[in-house]
Amino acid sequence: MHNKSVAHLVQGLREKQFSSVEVTRCFLDRIAARDSQYNSFISVDETSALAAAKAADKQLAGGDAATLTGIPIAHKDIFCTDGMRTSCGSRMLDNFVPPYDATLIQRFKRDGAVILGKTNMDEFAMGSSNENSFYGPVKNPWNTDLVPGGSSGGSAAAVAALLAPAATGTDTGGSIRQPAAFCGITGLKPTYGRVSRLGMVAFASSLDQAGPMAHSAEDCALLLNTMAGLDPLDSTSSEMPVEDYRARLDNSLEGLRIGLPREYFGDGLDKATGECINVALKELEAQGATLVDVSLPHSQLTIPTYYIIAPAEASTNLSRFDGVRYGHRCDNPTDLHDLYTRTREEGFGDEVKRRILVGTYALSAGYYDAYYKKAQQVRRLIKQDFMDCFEQVDIIAGPTTPGPAFALGAKSDDPIAMYLEDVYTLAVNLAGLPGMSVPAGFVDNKPVGLQLIGRHFDEARLLNVSHRYQQATDWHLQHPAGGQS
Amino acid sequence: MVVNMSIEQDEIEKIAELARIHISGEQIGQVTQRITEILQMVDQLQAVDTRDIEPMANPLDATQRLRTDEVTESDRREAFQAIAPAVEDGLYLVPKVID
Repeated sequence: MHNKSVAHLVQGLREKQFSSVEVTRCFLDRIAARDSQYNSFISVDETSALAAAKAADKQLAGGDAATLTGIPIAHKDIFCTDGMRTSCGSRMLDNFVPPYDATLIQRFKRDGAVILGKTNMDEFAMGSSNENSFYGPVKNPWNTDLVPGGSSGGSAAAVAALLAPAATGTDTGGSIRQPAAFCGITGLKPTYGRVSRLGMVAFASSLDQAGPMAHSAEDCALLLNTMAGLDPLDSTSSEMPVEDYRARLDNSLEGLRIGLPREYFGDGLDKATGECINVALKELEAQGATLVDVSLPHSQLTIPTYYIIAPAEASTNLSRFDGVRYGHRCDNPTDLHDLYTRTREEGFGDEVKRRILVGTYALSAGYYDAYYKKAQQVRRLIKQDFMDCFEQVDIIAGPTTPGPAFALGAKSDDPIAMYLEDVYTLAVNLAGLPGMSVPAGFVDNKPVGLQLIGRHFDEARLLNVSHRYQQATDWHLQHPAGGQS
Repeated sequence: MVVNMSIEQDEIEKIAELARIHISGEQIGQVTQRITEILQMVDQLQAVDTRDIEPMANPLDATQRLRTDEVTESDRREAFQAIAPAVEDGLYLVPKVID
């Protein structure tokens, strides 16, 4: 049961091959037996998961099931869950039990899904290796000496290790796609504004976006159908109509034009990873797509642009953690100033503090124009590069990451080396575009991800291309040896 | 404008004060070093010609959607105060600010 896709579980529940209680029990047992190896979950509430599963079984028996009724889903611990701790991987929120559900959680509940648990993550979603969590690092199920990627590393590892059939993640600079690539699963970052951000702890508000992480494009489509859509309570959520993301999955790729940015295939790309990507592109070509050489000339500026904009927005968003209304508070503050500064010293980890300081600096008097405004201007140039490409091609393809997963500890003392991990993913967030990572082979038994980037609101096409690719390949059906049985 | 890329320790202390984060004496040196490296990395942007380029705050250039000014939320003060570190009589408690 644990290696079935969400689509198969939906079908099996409807055909009464098994109950939601059985499915949920199966995954809860797997988490209890195996997650000590991976550390992919921060919180699991068996009692409420099984109660939700029981209610789902009643609905299924009554014939009034919704699209995901009875399906257990793991959620990144960044989404507020009513009555269930939401830590965001931080000591600051270690004691935070939200009094409300994020819109995304409400939508999953509306469509009948069961909350399986809350997954580990880099603190406040800041990181590319999941080593920045207050709850300890997550291990890559393919090889527990390797990082799973980040910041949605717990979600990626849980799905890869078959501890959850699917999960949610968030992606501010690659945090869905990079861990999906490192763990050999399929992950989609939708267009900015496609999924509500209400109740999702804010990191960088003009970049943050939630998306599905699962084994296949078909499962991602199923989850996105639940997640996507206008939320009146999120003023940046989009009014664009939502389509059925499964409707076009099987469309032919005949005539599809795929742009290959030469900047994504340069010196920085690991050779063996590049070879996997080239083989994957050949498969798409064999299905009738045309490969077109394109250029994103401002690519080398994406890291500096991102590392001004994201910290600037983070420093503003994280100013709310003051030890007064919720979350951590230092013991015996001598005065209000001591309360603020010591609460924040104790509550935040090193990387979060670094980004708050960089952001505060970039926004401070005298530096705003040179840093923040400048970065916003370059951000427009980066977006324009993509708009120019999409005049010639339908989607853009390349590697998700410069190479496969690296060893735990290899980059944790060098922030800049860690930032370089996201060189192919950051621009997608700066431009607000949808992007996907699809399993595309292995280098030394480490998964490799193919990245697909689409026009704004063209998620259905990315899912279509990924699905067709997955019909012809079986990379997405391979599971780590430890997770099989 | 000229940006000074080598940031001094006392400047980091000033920024930390603005950000309301206490940094201990033994850590300030390393924090300064790391922040300096990051600022040197982002310094590449200074070379880009951005004359006449409109800054982009929202990737879709969207503007804030407004709603009618109506009360739509119920009063949930008790639920919100139940998760606060210190409250009394419906008020959030902080150390004494004025004598």
